[in-house]
Amino acid sequence: MPCKNCLQKPVIKLTNSNIQLCKQHFIKYFEKKVLNIINNYKLIEKGDRIGVAISGGKDSLTVLNILNMLRNKTKKFEIEAIAIDEGIKGYRDKTLENAKKICKENNIKLHIFSYKDEFGDTLDNFLKKINMKACSICGPFRRYLLNKKSKELDFSKLATGHNLDDEAQTIMMNYFRRNIETSARLGPITGIVNDKRFIRRIKPLYFMTQKETATYAFLKNLSVEFNECPYSNESYRGDVMKMLNNFEAKYPGTKNSIITSFLEILPLLHKHYKDYTPINNCKICNEPCSQEICQTCKIVESLKKVKNV
Amino acid sequence: MVNVFIERENKTTNIKAKTAKQIMEILKINPETVLIVKNNELILSDDLLKDDDELRFLNVISGG
Repeated sequence: MPCKNCLQKPVIKLTNSNIQLCKQHFIKYFEKKVLNIINNYKLIEKGDRIGVAISGGKDSLTVLNILNMLRNKTKKFEIEAIAIDEGIKGYRDKTLENAKKICKENNIKLHIFSYKDEFGDTLDNFLKKINMKACSICGPFRRYLLNKKSKELDFSKLATGHNLDDEAQTIMMNYFRRNIETSARLGPITGIVNDKRFIRRIKPLYFMTQKETATYAFLKNLSVEFNECPYSNESYRGDVMKMLNNFEAKYPGTKNSIITSFLEILPLLHKHYKDYTPINNCKICNEPCSQEICQTCKIVESLKKVKNV
Repeated sequence: MVNVFIERENKTTNIKAKTAKQIMEILKINPETVLIVKNNELILSDDLLKDDDELRFLNVISGG
């Protein structure tokens, strides 16, 4: 069976449908769908200075590619790239090489911040000293740096490569672990209320599946090498991902339904949690947090104690 | 026999099968997690394969 729109050879069959598309028409479909997400959820406004958080992997380079195209076409906003170097040998060094190459080819300014410079050592070394799961250190550290540096760089918004799969996993993880308040901050544009202390994050790939994004990245030569974080197998998220993939294979459309159901209740979550948790400023670093000392500073203090023993 | 390279495991194996779909069933690979590449082009899981075809199953899962 040829492509739905022409007689060319199909390269993908879309999830939960019998539609098959060739390279040209898939690229068109993908880009059009992303632009619809940007327009429908008003992710980008005129005059925005967008920081694109990139890792050098498929998803973030896809976002960078499409936002760059849109920026060049409309000239209504600016983009620069920001990357975090956690210090994961054999993984991050490789993906960052790819990130640098793509930014250079497209004349996009890239800012890189490392755990070594900002917190004193690499993630690999931290994990040798302390008995914590990698993601429990890395998650808070990365988000902290992205938020802080984005404000310093005067970005009006931060774009990430989070896709449908990522969001579906997060929604289920929060559900399983009684973290509904955290879910209130999810969505195509993050945050419950507009707080200047938090950079607003937009997710242009919100309705694109992991597989569609990988297909786009492959067809556009954006990411050529396999790059999975070596610590990701230990994670709770890895288990949730496997579970959802198994379910999706048997019941196509499940992931999409998780997202659309969530979007139905999101306005209610916003209303419910609007005044729920007071946001203070961390007593050590002054960054926003819900307690006296932010998670990042707590981890940094723990790491310092281990070092001194 | 079809020659299959599985990127995620960095392994190559030979399987007797007519389609990539059959190969994935034999190797217990979830189709949600891979792109199937033959001669540097994407193919569908139902596309008929020939003897001595070389396939690459590229990993779809991104990052951490």
